[in-house]
Amino acid sequence: MSGTQTTYNDKVVRQFTVMTVIWGIVGMLVGVIIAAQLVWPEATNIAFLHFGRLRPLHTNAVIFAFGGCALFATSYWCVQRTCQTRLWGGPLIPFTFWGWQLIILLAAVSLPLGFTTGKEYAELEWPVDILIALVWVSYGIVFFGTIVKRTVSHVYVANWFFGAMIVAVALLHVVNSAEMPYSLTGSFSAYAGVQDAMIQWWYGHNAVGFFLTAGFLGMMYYFVPKQAGRPVYSYRLSVVHFWALIFTYMWAGPHHLHYTALPDWAQSIGMLFSLILLAPSWGGMINGIMTLSGAWHKLRDDPILKFLITSLSFYGMSTFEGPMMSIKTVNALSHYTDWTVGHVHSGALGWVAMVSIGSLYYLIPRLYGKKEMFSTSLVTTHFWIATIGTVLYIASMWIAGVMQGLMWRAANADGTLAYSFVESVKVSYPYWFVRWLGGTLFLVGMLIMAYNMFKTMAGGKTAPVVVPAAAANHA
Amino acid sequence: MSDFVNDFWNMYVIVIVVASILACAILLMVQGKATFTPGKTMGHVWDETLEEYNNPMPKWWSWMFIITVVFSAGYLVLFPGLGSFPGLLGWTSAKQHQAEVEAMDKAVKPTFDAYLATDLKTLAGNPQAMETGKRLFQTYCMQCHGADARGAKGFPNLTDNDWLYGGAPEQIKETIANGRMGVMPSHERLGAETIQDLVNYVRSLSGLPNTDAGRVARGKVAFTENACSTCHGENGTGSLSVENMEGVGAPNLTDTVWLYGGSEAAVTETITQGRQAKMPAWQEFLGDAKIHLLSAYVLSLSQGK
Repeated sequence: MSGTQTTYNDKVVRQFTVMTVIWGIVGMLVGVIIAAQLVWPEATNIAFLHFGRLRPLHTNAVIFAFGGCALFATSYWCVQRTCQTRLWGGPLIPFTFWGWQLIILLAAVSLPLGFTTGKEYAELEWPVDILIALVWVSYGIVFFGTIVKRTVSHVYVANWFFGAMIVAVALLHVVNSAEMPYSLTGSFSAYAGVQDAMIQWWYGHNAVGFFLTAGFLGMMYYFVPKQAGRPVYSYRLSVVHFWALIFTYMWAGPHHLHYTALPDWAQSIGMLFSLILLAPSWGGMINGIMTLSGAWHKLRDDPILKFLITSLSFYGMSTFEGPMMSIKTVNALSHYTDWTVGHVHSGALGWVAMVSIGSLYYLIPRLYGKKEMFSTSLVTTHFWIATIGTVLYIASMWIAGVMQGLMWRAANADGTLAYSFVESVKVSYPYWFVRWLGGTLFLVGMLIMAYNMFKTMAGGKTAPVVVPAAAANHA
Repeated sequence: MSDFVNDFWNMYVIVIVVASILACAILLMVQGKATFTPGKTMGHVWDETLEEYNNPMPKWWSWMFIITVVFSAGYLVLFPGLGSFPGLLGWTSAKQHQAEVEAMDKAVKPTFDAYLATDLKTLAGNPQAMETGKRLFQTYCMQCHGADARGAKGFPNLTDNDWLYGGAPEQIKETIANGRMGVMPSHERLGAETIQDLVNYVRSLSGLPNTDAGRVARGKVAFTENACSTCHGENGTGSLSVENMEGVGAPNLTDTVWLYGGSEAAVTETITQGRQAKMPAWQEFLGDAKIHLLSAYVLSLSQGK
C-alpha cells in the first residue's frame, strides 16, 4: 500500500444505486400502462404506444435496467467489501456504468419505434447487442480482476453467485444474439425453426436462472447476514445448492416449449431438470431465512429485514411453482394463460424487486454518510404497499390463468369447444383490473422510495471509505 | 425416425444428461458426509462481520433433492429423454395426440354422420345441430365474421341475406369448402376526374345523397366504357346477375350493403386502389361433416330475411 491508504470505489455504486430506483420507476410505469391497456384497450391508439411495442420495453426496463443496475450496484459494493480491496479495472468501471445507461436509452428509443429481433427478452437489435457484449465483458474483467486482487484468502459465497451470473449471461447473450444484419436496424437470427426456438428458450430460461436467480442470490448472501447481524446458516448448504444450480439450470429451458415441435426427448429433459431444480433453489431460501433463526424478533421493527425475508418467501414460492408448472400435464393447463404472467411476477415483484429494494435501503444511507434512511416509517409504508400490490397481482393472475386454461380446454359432448376465445377474454377483465391495481400500488411504493432516497441524499456526505487491513479481520 | 443427424449428438445428449444427474447425486453424498459443527462458524470472516455456520443441510431438504433425482432417473427409463432411446413405455406426444383425436372422433362420429346425411335446409331447422354449428362458427369463423356473424369492413355480414357468391345451400357450402378470392382491380390509370365521375354514378345507384348530376351522367358512360359492367353487370347489379360470372364475387352496387364502406372517400379508395378479399378453403382442415354443419348454420342465419 506504500503508505497511502486505499479507499473503496463507491462512486460507481452510488451511480448505479440512484439509477436502479429511477429505472425501476420507469419500467414499472410502462408495466402499469400496458396493464391499463388490457383493461381499457381504446385509451392509447398510437403506434409507438401499442401494447406490442411497450411490452418488450417494460420487460427490458425492469429486468435489465432496474434489475441490471441493482446487480451492478450491489455486486460492486459486495465484491470490494468481501475481497477487502478497491474495485479493479480503471476506466472499464465508468465504462460499465455509462455503457449500460446508453444501452437502456437505446432500448427506450428503439423498442417503441418498432425495432425488434422478435426474441423475448432479447429484442434489442444487433448494434445494441454488440454494445451489451462489450459492457458485459468489461463487467466480468472488473469483477474477476477485483477477486484476483483480493486480500483475503477465501472467496465469499455471494461472489460465487455474482461470478456465475456474469459468466453465464455472457455465454447466453452471445450465443442467442448471433444474427446476420441486413441494415443498421434489422437482422435475421443465425438459427432457424425449432432450433431457433430452443436456443431462444435456453437463453430465456437461463436469463431467469442466472440473471434473476443467481445474481440476486448473490445479493441475498451479502445483505441478509449483514442486516440480520448473524452468520449464514450453512456453508455446506451453500456449496451444494450453488453447484446443483450450475449443473441443472442450463437444461430447464425446453419447459417453455412443451407440446410444440420440439422433440419429445428435449421436452422430457426440460421437465426433469426443472423438477430437480426445486431443491437447489430452495437451498438459497433456507440459507437466507434460517440465517435469521435466533433473531426473529428483528423482523418486528426492521423494515429492511422485512423486505429481505419476504423476498425469500416469494422466491421459495415461485421456485416451487416453477417446477410444478414445468410438469407436462400441469403445463398443458397453465401454458399461454395469465398463470404464467402471475408466476413471473411473483418472482419479479416478490423476489427480484423486493430483495433489491431491501438491499438498496441498506446501501443508500451508507453511501451518503448517514446512519439510516431519511424516514424509516416510509420504508415500512413502502414494504406494506409493495407486499399488498404483489399479492393482488399474483392472486388475480392465478385465478384468471386457471380460469382461462379450464375454459380453453372445456369441450362439449359433440367435440366442439365449450367457449370461444373471446369469452375467456371477457371474463378476464375484472382480474386484469385487479392486476393493474396491484401493479399501480407497487409503482407507488417505488415513488415513495425515490422520495426517501433523495431526502437521504440531500446534505449527505460522500467521504471515501478506507479499505481495512485484511489481517486484522481474518480470523 | 431419429432426431439426430448422427450418433455423436445422440451420445452427447445422453452423456451430459446422465453426468448432470449423477453430479447432483454425488455432490449431495460427498457434501453430506462432511464433518459438521452445528452452531460453530467455519472460521472465516469477511467485511468485518460476515461469517458462515458449519451447520448440516436440513434432512428433509436432502430427501426432497434425492427424490427428484431418483424420479428423474426413473422417468428417463420409461419415457423419451436419453437421446434417441425411446423409453420402455414407447410413449410419444404424437401418439398421445393421435389417440385423443381418434377417441373423440369415434365418440362423435354417429352424430356427425347423421348430420351429413341430412340435407342442408332440413339441418338448418334442427336446433341441436345448429347449437353445434354455432360453436364451430365461434371457433373457426368469428375471427373475421364476428361473434354475431355480422361481419366487419372487408368481411361480409352473413345475416343479411345479401350474397357475393350466392346464398343457395350448395353455393354456401362451396364457399366454405373451397374458399373464394375476391379481387377488385386498381383503376388508378383512369385519372382522378373519371374516378370521381364513377364514384358519383355508383353512389347514385343505391340512392345515396350528395351526388353531382353531371358527374353521374358522365360516370354512367364511363362505367360501360371502362368495363366495370363486365363484372358488376350492365346495371351494376353484381356478378350474380351476370351469366357465368357467379364465382367472381363482384358486389351488387344498387343495394345499400357496402363491404368496404359507401362514403365518397371509401368508394374513391376502392376504385383507385382496388380491393383484395380472401375466404380460406376449409375442406382439408375441417372435413365433410363439419363443413356441412357450418353451411347449414350460415344458411340458418339469414333464413326469413
